[in-house]
Amino acid sequence: MNRAQIKKAASCQAPLRASEIAPAGLVEAGTSVEFNTGDWRANRPKWFKEKCIHCLLCWIACPDSSILLKADKVKTSVMTGIDYGHCKGCGICAKECPVKDKAIIMEEEKK
Amino acid sequence: MIKPIYSKGKIVAKTGNEAMAEAMRQIEPDVVAAYPITPATEIVQIFSQFVSDGIVKSEYVAVESEHSAMSAAIGASAAGARAMTGTAAQGLALMWEMLYIASGLRLPIVMAEVNRALSAPINIHGDQSDTMGARDSGWIQIYSENSQEAYDNMIQAVRIAEKCMLPAMVTTDGFIISHCMEVVETYPDKDVKKFVGQYKPQRALLNTKKPYTLGSIELQDYYFEHRWQLAEAMNKAQDVVLDVAKDFAKTFGRKYGMYEKYKMDGAEIAIVVIGSTAGTAKVVIDELRKKGIKAGMIKIRVFRPFPAAMIAKDLAKVKAVAIMDRADSCAGTFAPLYTDVAAALFAHNEGKMPKMENYVYGLGGREIAPEHITAVYDKLAKIAKGKAKPSNKVEYINLRK
Repeated sequence: MNRAQIKKAASCQAPLRASEIAPAGLVEAGTSVEFNTGDWRANRPKWFKEKCIHCLLCWIACPDSSILLKADKVKTSVMTGIDYGHCKGCGICAKECPVKDKAIIMEEEKK
Repeated sequence: MIKPIYSKGKIVAKTGNEAMAEAMRQIEPDVVAAYPITPATEIVQIFSQFVSDGIVKSEYVAVESEHSAMSAAIGASAAGARAMTGTAAQGLALMWEMLYIASGLRLPIVMAEVNRALSAPINIHGDQSDTMGARDSGWIQIYSENSQEAYDNMIQAVRIAEKCMLPAMVTTDGFIISHCMEVVETYPDKDVKKFVGQYKPQRALLNTKKPYTLGSIELQDYYFEHRWQLAEAMNKAQDVVLDVAKDFAKTFGRKYGMYEKYKMDGAEIAIVVIGSTAGTAKVVIDELRKKGIKAGMIKIRVFRPFPAAMIAKDLAKVKAVAIMDRADSCAGTFAPLYTDVAAALFAHNEGKMPKMENYVYGLGGREIAPEHITAVYDKLAKIAKGKAKPSNKVEYINLRK
């Protein structure tokens, strides 16, 4: 399935026919973008921009590519926030943050 | 005996295992992953020698079990490689869960399989219980009567599998074919390579420019659709098998179909059989025909996909037919081949059925001699004349009850 098909499938309104889908359940890369996969999070990472040293250890460690980056003026990547649509709240970013006064902490997810 | 047919062919003496290994050398797949098991050991042993002698460029993965062998073949095939393996009996049984994954992921892996009895009691000799058990696994199954067919079937299986995106197993009867020296006509490497062609997978995991996920979870919403795709691919595989056979006949001269008809023209009584026993049956049929008995045979070559409509047509005019199974279903009903032939006849012949008998024979390598087959035809002749009735249960040949 490609991204458009995944979006259609995820909507559950018009399920695809066998003739419309690739054999073997093949799913194209990048289809997770179409899903909100972070809605069952129990704990939520909180990022303090002013404490962050932009070492990007959290970005390396994040299993869900949920650390958002952008290139700054000198074309170095800097952290800009957390993608709460895909973060599962595993807490690895908070654990790995090397800043003594943590730039990322975990708190309970309030629904 | 095999007579030379191809102008550039070479007549050699080879066992079934040697013939299959020779085909693998000429096909030269990218990856072979295998674990030794009697009576299939020689196939991959000879092939591993080719690898270590530098005769082929294939990657040989020596694994720790058949489960790993099939897993490695699946990984290699998904990566985009032409992958092969070989096994028998318990080895095939250990591959079981991975067989379904190979077909479910639509990976055209080709397996050289030597039919051997399943334990217990432990037995290394030939019967078809192993592959008959795998008949619903979504693998194409091609059976061979002799070494020549084993060699030819291996070459064709690669093209069939890749065109259908289905895995395929080519089988021989354990020891009877796998270890008996026979005359085989082999074809030049260049010609085999040209026939088989380059493998161009539609998608390959190693192509990082077009990444994708393979083997993801599908629950109530999409699993059914993908399993239907698999069944549909098998339905369409018959045309592919016949196309490849046509091209094979054009290239090398040997004719193959879904099954072989032997003296079926005007036949009143017939047997349906798979594998090496067909060779014995041909001798019996020739004798019967000399006596004016209209005996014929259908030798199944491709059991999956099963050529139901074709067989129903060819058996329509026969008065009595015996289905010979070299595997028992232990099902309380009938053995696998009988079940499929009966269903085919019932579905396609508008209720007009020949009288049918089901014989199970040769389990664990038990001898099947011409007189056993003659006895089957004798019973069929009586049934055809109305002097006897089918027993409507599995009959066992050469068994001490």
